[in-house]
Amino acid sequence: MSFFGLTWMRERERESERKLRANDREYNLAFKYATNGIKTSKYNFFTFLPLNLFEQFQRIANVYFLFLLLLQVIPQISSLSWFTTVVPLILVLAVTAAKDATDDINRHRNDNRVNNRKVQVLIDGKLCSERWMDVKVGDIIKLESNQFITADLLLLSSSEPLNLVYIETAELDGETNLKVRQALTVTGAMGDDISRLAGFNGEVICEAPNNRLDHFTGTLLFGDHKFSLDNGKILLRGCTLRNTHWCYGLVLFGGPETKLMQNCGKNIFKRTSIDHLMNVLVIFIFGVLALMCAVLAVGNWLWEINKGYRFTIFLPRQEDSNASLSAFLTFWSYVIILNTLVPISLYVSVEVIRLGNSFYIDWDRKMYDARSDTPAEARTTTLNEELGQVKYIFSDKTGTLTQNIMTFNKCTINGKTYGDVYNYSGQRQDVNEHTEVVDFSFNPLADTKFSFHDHSLVEDVKLGTPEVQGFFRLLALCHTVMAEEKNELAYQAQSPDEGALVTAARNFGFVFCSRTPESITIMEMGKQQRYELLAILDFNNVRKRMSVIVRSPGGRVSLYCKGADTVIFERLHPSCRNLMEVTTEHLNEFAGDGLRTLALAYKDVDEEFLSSWRQRHHEASTALEDREAKLELLFEEMETDLLLLGATAIEDKLQDGVPQTIEQLSKADIKMWVLTGDKQETAENIGYSCNLLREEMNEVFVISGNTPDEVREELRNAWTTMKPDKAEGMVFLPESLLSKRGSAIKDEVVTGEYGLVINGNSLAYALDDSMALDFLWTACMCQAVICCRVTPLQKAQVVELVKKYKKAVTLAIGDGANDVSMIKAAHIGVGISGQEGMQAVSSSDYSFAQFRFLQRLLLVHGRWSYLRMCKFLRYFFYKNFTFTFVHFWFAFFCGFSAQTVYDEWFITLYNLVYTALPVLGLSLFDQDVDDVWSFQYPQLYVPGQLNMYFSKTAFFKCALHSGFSSLVLFFIPYGAMSDTMRNDGKDLGDYQSFAVITQTCLLVTVCIQLSLEVAYWTTVNTIFVVGSLVMYFVVTFAMYSNGMFLLSPSSFSFIGTARNTLNQPNVWLTILLTSIMCVLPVLVYRFLTIQLWPTVNDKVMFKARQAKAAPPPLSRKARMRRGSSRRSGYAFSHAQGYGELVTSRRFLRRPTVSPSSGITPMKRSTTSFIPMGRSAGYSPTAGAHNTKVPDVEVTSLQMYRTT
Amino acid sequence: MGKEAAKKGPLASRPDNSAFMQQRLPAWSPMLTASTVLPFLYCMAALCMFLGVLLLITVEGTQEMKMDYTEAGSCNDCFKFLQNVINAGKSCSCKVMIPLEQEFKGNVFFYYGLQNFHQNLRKYMDSRDDAQMVGRKYNLKKPSPYCEPYITDKNLPIAPCGAVANSMFNDSFSLWYHSPSGPIAVPLYRNGITWYTDENVKFRNPYSNQSLAQAFNGTTKPPYWQQPVYKLDPSNPNNNGFINEDLIVWMREAAFPNFKKLYGILKRTKEPFTNGLPAGNYSINISYNFPVQHFNGRKQVVLSTVTWFGGQNRFLPIAYLVTSGLVLLMAVILTVIWWKFGRNAKNMEE
Repeated sequence: MSFFGLTWMRERERESERKLRANDREYNLAFKYATNGIKTSKYNFFTFLPLNLFEQFQRIANVYFLFLLLLQVIPQISSLSWFTTVVPLILVLAVTAAKDATDDINRHRNDNRVNNRKVQVLIDGKLCSERWMDVKVGDIIKLESNQFITADLLLLSSSEPLNLVYIETAELDGETNLKVRQALTVTGAMGDDISRLAGFNGEVICEAPNNRLDHFTGTLLFGDHKFSLDNGKILLRGCTLRNTHWCYGLVLFGGPETKLMQNCGKNIFKRTSIDHLMNVLVIFIFGVLALMCAVLAVGNWLWEINKGYRFTIFLPRQEDSNASLSAFLTFWSYVIILNTLVPISLYVSVEVIRLGNSFYIDWDRKMYDARSDTPAEARTTTLNEELGQVKYIFSDKTGTLTQNIMTFNKCTINGKTYGDVYNYSGQRQDVNEHTEVVDFSFNPLADTKFSFHDHSLVEDVKLGTPEVQGFFRLLALCHTVMAEEKNELAYQAQSPDEGALVTAARNFGFVFCSRTPESITIMEMGKQQRYELLAILDFNNVRKRMSVIVRSPGGRVSLYCKGADTVIFERLHPSCRNLMEVTTEHLNEFAGDGLRTLALAYKDVDEEFLSSWRQRHHEASTALEDREAKLELLFEEMETDLLLLGATAIEDKLQDGVPQTIEQLSKADIKMWVLTGDKQETAENIGYSCNLLREEMNEVFVISGNTPDEVREELRNAWTTMKPDKAEGMVFLPESLLSKRGSAIKDEVVTGEYGLVINGNSLAYALDDSMALDFLWTACMCQAVICCRVTPLQKAQVVELVKKYKKAVTLAIGDGANDVSMIKAAHIGVGISGQEGMQAVSSSDYSFAQFRFLQRLLLVHGRWSYLRMCKFLRYFFYKNFTFTFVHFWFAFFCGFSAQTVYDEWFITLYNLVYTALPVLGLSLFDQDVDDVWSFQYPQLYVPGQLNMYFSKTAFFKCALHSGFSSLVLFFIPYGAMSDTMRNDGKDLGDYQSFAVITQTCLLVTVCIQLSLEVAYWTTVNTIFVVGSLVMYFVVTFAMYSNGMFLLSPSSFSFIGTARNTLNQPNVWLTILLTSIMCVLPVLVYRFLTIQLWPTVNDKVMFKARQAKAAPPPLSRKARMRRGSSRRSGYAFSHAQGYGELVTSRRFLRRPTVSPSSGITPMKRSTTSFIPMGRSAGYSPTAGAHNTKVPDVEVTSLQMYRTT
Repeated sequence: MGKEAAKKGPLASRPDNSAFMQQRLPAWSPMLTASTVLPFLYCMAALCMFLGVLLLITVEGTQEMKMDYTEAGSCNDCFKFLQNVINAGKSCSCKVMIPLEQEFKGNVFFYYGLQNFHQNLRKYMDSRDDAQMVGRKYNLKKPSPYCEPYITDKNLPIAPCGAVANSMFNDSFSLWYHSPSGPIAVPLYRNGITWYTDENVKFRNPYSNQSLAQAFNGTTKPPYWQQPVYKLDPSNPNNNGFINEDLIVWMREAAFPNFKKLYGILKRTKEPFTNGLPAGNYSINISYNFPVQHFNGRKQVVLSTVTWFGGQNRFLPIAYLVTSGLVLLMAVILTVIWWKFGRNAKNMEE
């Protein structure tokens, strides 16, 4: 990113260890650590011109034109005037420079915005507000709740007990739950005492900047003691401080050296596959050009030997010149004349077209999100046509597919389901924003944001049905949530699911108020009750359940357990069999709706048993050996003979229209991979609810091995299941065979549909070189792939893997900083905008607010862009080849003397003026079928993935076609003009007349050819085509007018040629004939292919034509309810060990202080429960997620046919 | 999408709902269907047929007589005479006979033709100075470097400079009609043979209030020329200098090595030429000066009448007829294919 020696210097003295001292800027300055400013821009005011020109002249075409310009200066070679090259070159350079400048100005603006954020820094014993960019390593800064963390910090002290801070790392790793960081006690003791902090002179020695997010080693030297530092004491840039009034931190790494920036990967300049193809073609064209020039040079040599020497009496040569020298010079002269084969204006036009098509994306109303008031944005304007070729989509889950909001949606209690809404005739109704909401006003502590639609549940609570009450009592007691009472009750939950459940209980009258290590206080239907907390049987991934043992105020000891249904059901008392069956049925129903379920059970515990159990529990928990296993056994012993209460169903709210979008994309033959930092169960569940994994799939493989061999074995099994007929030995070919450059791995044809789920551990092995191909091969045979618990870097690795071996276009979509690496790695990166934290967006190529816009971006904009670009390229090469080949034919008649066929002005203006607008019209307005039809037939997208519209073959077809056209365009005027005269007897066979006739024929033919390409004739196209022809005649007449001639006789020597030529009927008859001859084969070929081998486009266009009178058939209802029997997805996503913290003896609840400092603490969180998560609680449009704005966004496909 | 929201408040950044921005511009989507392509092809075939026949009839209505005189008749002697290098620049006269079997009705044009003469060589073509020939004093004395190697001669600027002017065709002709009553000189207009724009705009003599010779004072004639430019036409003082019509005709370089250029137009004022050239025997007296033997060239004279379509060139009529045949053939083939495969749009099913 940075130029000249700066990076290089830094690279050279790579630091191996970092040393810094707090509050000592001078000391730290000696190490030249990076400050906290970031720089993504490329140029400044002075470097712009040289750097930009330098960059532009790295482009082969520009160098080539510079070279041509030099050739043209040599008089012996110059076959064209200098302006034929200079005018286009300057134009091209200027346009590109202007574009680069605007891009860079935007980058500057972004940098400035981030760099100028304010943070409070402790300088000279005072807190000063400083800009982020001025923060230096070794500074102590103060952060407040909901602030972004400025740099990588060592946490010193915090407002919370035990020096804890809560941070949200979603931006970094995509995990939604809040994380805890804890300062060292010794630094924590300083609190917010400014003088002590200012006097803090600890020295830190730590690792050098790196990109490992989950790892940190270092030591703090303070006083005479050494303290070891690990990841748990570090706050990383990119995280957000939550639920913590304030904290102080010591800056360890700044700006480019933070782990976030180190993780961002390099900013690679992305090029589309068409760009690459074009480069290959340009090289090929150079070859052809050299060949043609060589042929003509040889021709010249022969001509000079056989004829030329005789002609010297009229045209003496320079004394020392001979045939060989003449041939040599002729070669270069023809290089100049035939330069239009490598069209310089091609690149400008391509840029303009991409820019235009990007504007369409910015302007698209159907990609505008009204709720967040965000339109779609094409942030790079160079990748448009690639959008029409995407084969693999890599998607983040949280915030992209899901809204990251958990809502308590349904439940089943004692065999009765709640949550559905029925109308008067007993039919189940779909819940929407107009459905009546249950009124919780009876409960003053209810959360106002919580909404529930089924009135019967609240009735039953009020009636005091014991099971229902027990159900909510369980929810209020069995959790690790912490309550905070400021102005209003607020919960801090480690997982959003738990938060949702406790909030549900709160609204139904069982309000969790506070906890101490020994007790839990809840408000039961208005009455305060204090339960003695006897034990927490904590959650872990194997147990998949958690329990609490409490003693009620009445003295009854009960165990409350919640967990995955399968686990709970195994431990039920036999008497629950009937209820279990009913509940199972309900759970199936919930799972069918894509809800995450938890089963709830309880049992009363015998006092005696309990006391002995507690005794053993105590022993086990203090045991030094095998503690885990012993505890596990004890827990097992306790959690038996449970009585089933019911089950909850939590909705992990998907973004609007996600399943439909995924379905559409899969119809377009796009493979979807979900890469998430989240847990396997959660990811899998979302996979089902968003239609990625389907019940009908033959099998969903889960790869979760912990050793390379296990992973390999699992992959192998998956493979053999999918391809049972293949011999085992055939399965994994040696890599050497596969990784040969240029050979992409072919897709294997698999019968049946499969899914693959792989977790982060296994993925680490699977991504290893030795196994990467096996993994890729297996994964690509599956319809859907889900990778969970992956790190940002792994995300990028997966993308790179697919990019490298599949040679397919990849797209990565995500919303957080953890997706940045993947967004940058993929061919196309898409950021979800409209939420806070623009990390992903700022490194993305396209951004919009809703995942579902992706289908419009790809199926409509991408497809059109690709189609337009291909049409453009095909036509552009055609028109330029035709133009140039005519010179070739003429060479055989003019003694290979490098005489041009056309007037020089025509040569200069042909690409820039005469044909520029029509082809732009084609490539900005063309569409085969409109957007409605594009959605109707997603398979229209497939040709793009297969590169069908523009490839080397298509290019050769163009060249052949041009060859034919140029023959017609040269020889018909030749035949018609060479032995005739004007109708007044004056001669017509002169060079200038011939030039005018040929160029007119060429232009007319090329325009007609364009008209055949256009599938969508707007008024603008018509104006452009007709206008260009008119302009040609106007300009020609003007150039050949008396006035221009008298201005400069040698530059405008074609005076009168237009007048004297174009008034001849036989000239027009010649033009007509050439047009007919050129168009006939195209017409016949097109017609034949449509009749005999229609492409999918032809078919759909045909259908669209037929249906023109009637609107297209209505697509079927978006999504049917799945009758699913799957319910492995259970709602639990927090980590083990929170129970320990909750019951920790050290845990002391500090009395809640209403902060008297001037800072208003967490204003929004005071209103109610905060849904823990990335988008929740602090978004500027808080609550908008729940209360839908009416009149916006019809979610189904029908939205596309409202007009 | 109907209602427009005000550009304020919650929907402030909503894009405009214009047909252009939403890519919904009304448009015509043509498709190459049988109902358009086939009739179009038949119409084209018919049109080409019609034009072909029409042009053929027109072309057949013109008469043309070509005569290669390089070595014909007594010119053979001149040809051999000029082959000898010693005789370069000397004059030689000869005579060829042309029988006209049919009467040439209407305007008859007299052309001279050259074959194998490459007026279209780049270096040759560039070797001229239009600024000089439009009579600019500055350029007259300082011809463009393009005129290389005929810029100066003995340190005097050449007017007109350059290879094109230097190689000007300098044979002259007189046409005789051998009527039963004896030979009659066929009167020819020697003016009006150039484009109006060339005669009146592109070529101008340098201004001088004295004689034309004065205007060209300080210049010299091109080396191959017998006379300086202001003495090109002794018979007509207004046809001298850069506006000499033969010079102008010559300076309009031919596109191809074989070409013909207008020499004169039949003066139809006197009998027996009021209707054109009567059938009979003609002879041409030629002042044979232009050497062609160096480059294997041939020289011709051409007599021709013209129609609205120009001269007797059968290329276009035949090309139209051939095209018509091709189009018709294609149309029939496509019709058959369409009838067999495409008619029921079966291929259009998924």
